[in-house]
Amino acid sequence: MSIRYSFGGDEFLFAEVSESMSLTACFTSMAITGLLRQQQWPGIVEICPANASFQLRFDPDILPAAQLLQLVQELEQAVQDSPQTLDTRLVEIPVWYDDPWTLEVGARFRERHQDPQSTDLQYAARCNGFDSVDAFIAAHSGAPWFVSMVGFVAGLPFMYQMVERDRQLQVPKYLSPRTATPRQTIGHGGCFACIYSVAGAGGYQMFGITPAPIYDPQQSLPYLADSMVLFRPGDIVRFKPIDQQQYQAAVQAVAEGSFQLDIFPVRFSLPDFLANPQAYNLSLPGGHHAH
Amino acid sequence: MHIKVIKPGLATSVQDAGRNGHYHLGIPPSGALDQYSFRAANLLLGNPETTAVLECTLLGPQLQFGVDCRIAVCGADMLPLINGQPQATHQVLSIAAGDMLDFRPATAGVRAYLAVSGGIDVPEVLGSRSTYTLGTLGGYQGRCLQAGDMLMLGRSTAEAPAGRSLPPALRRPLPRQATVRVLPGLYDHRLTAQSAERFYQETWTVASESDRIGYRLKGGSPLQFRPREAPFGAGADPSNIVDAGYPVGSIQIPAGKEPIILLRDAVSGGGYAMLGTVISADLDVVGQLPPNQRLAFSAVDMAEALQARQQGQAALERLRAALQG
Repeated sequence: MSIRYSFGGDEFLFAEVSESMSLTACFTSMAITGLLRQQQWPGIVEICPANASFQLRFDPDILPAAQLLQLVQELEQAVQDSPQTLDTRLVEIPVWYDDPWTLEVGARFRERHQDPQSTDLQYAARCNGFDSVDAFIAAHSGAPWFVSMVGFVAGLPFMYQMVERDRQLQVPKYLSPRTATPRQTIGHGGCFACIYSVAGAGGYQMFGITPAPIYDPQQSLPYLADSMVLFRPGDIVRFKPIDQQQYQAAVQAVAEGSFQLDIFPVRFSLPDFLANPQAYNLSLPGGHHAH
Repeated sequence: MHIKVIKPGLATSVQDAGRNGHYHLGIPPSGALDQYSFRAANLLLGNPETTAVLECTLLGPQLQFGVDCRIAVCGADMLPLINGQPQATHQVLSIAAGDMLDFRPATAGVRAYLAVSGGIDVPEVLGSRSTYTLGTLGGYQGRCLQAGDMLMLGRSTAEAPAGRSLPPALRRPLPRQATVRVLPGLYDHRLTAQSAERFYQETWTVASESDRIGYRLKGGSPLQFRPREAPFGAGADPSNIVDAGYPVGSIQIPAGKEPIILLRDAVSGGGYAMLGTVISADLDVVGQLPPNQRLAFSAVDMAEALQARQQGQAALERLRAALQG
């Protein structure tokens, strides 16, 4: 299946790899944008991979639109034969599910929700056929997630769970967006999880909160020393449930500048994963044998 | 060497030419929404063209200067007053230490650019001094100005004579009714042919919920989508797509209702279909449209977009020729 291209004005080229979400489409987007980043063509200003698409910003005075399109179409052919592996890392993100902050904000915006009588977690559990919130949390934290896009606002990761399509957790967004979301909320809309990197508006369901900053212009934590943004497309995330006590200890460590994340190097193979997702996930580092 | 903020105004922020190379992490270009007027203010004053300025929105700030300097105000018609005395826009003005500067509300346009000789000295972040408020990044502490803030000035390298003014032909026009040119595309194939056509025939109105992130439009007919089976991961609403990147200038249509034009503080992506993109030559114009102003869109092709781009560049060249050398 070939990519659909469309120009966004005279400075953007938009490329839709697939109308529907899949890790395969995401991989194609990352492969092409990865090559473009390596090749450093003059006139390409921004290279933005997304879930099942990508966009480029270019300077048409340096690189004419038709020439850019031809270049990208050549890469589209080239990546069809390239190995579908990725040297990346697995990041463990501690999450306090069903925490008081997201519950309080959720309660404030109940009139914008499909089911004002339930919490976001109760609603999501029911939408996905789980008989309890605990069972839903077990599914949410039980398999890792693939960072398929970073954006919306600075440093916000969109994540696609590494399970078969029929096991994907799907929840509609709020009927209309909230004007408030706590910073570091674990959100969910459609099939995507996210972590709200900053406080602000949002339409995703809210499941919990992480003590880990993932975006900080001050770069005060060691793991943000190289970049104010933690996540890159291609990162793998595992959510690790924590309780109130662990959450508070972590918040304290953040304030003292000593907070650390468990990060493991991973060579991810898409064919191996697709052949047997559950077995593949068990082979990933961390998680079950971290403690 | 400082300016004290007495009143912050409606939304006053430090801006310059903006930052590139970080959009893939969700960090938008930011920078002055009306790049032409921002550059005009600097050139008029004899500053390097992309020196950091204050972008003042509808209601300007009240500022007390702690230093002798020169200033120029370009863009929206927001009359500057020095110690209560009305001055001219588009003109080099002398300020003495202790002087108070404030502004009449905008009578045309939205954003006036206050350039100060030497520029506003805030740290460069990711290659720019521009403020990105959603990410609390750049500018003065990553936010709009507040009362009590103290702005430092850079060292002035060139001083234009007080009284020098920008010829009217070189000022940004601020028309009462704007036509904004759009390159159709992105997800416009999702619209019915009739609805896609009607978008360009109707007159739209700028909603009050319009800011540096995006301009929301009211008054037109809801957009109609072709029927479909929702692609996996897109969401059930016909306007939903699998979350994708948003070009700066793209026009999205959440639920088909009120289109939103993304500007230089754009959210970098999301899950709504877009029907096209404002061409680069007209992006400056959008940021000067006040709430309730009417506007229409005209569809152009790439050749027309590039021609408009060249005309915009030629206008900047005329500005430089008139004010430099």
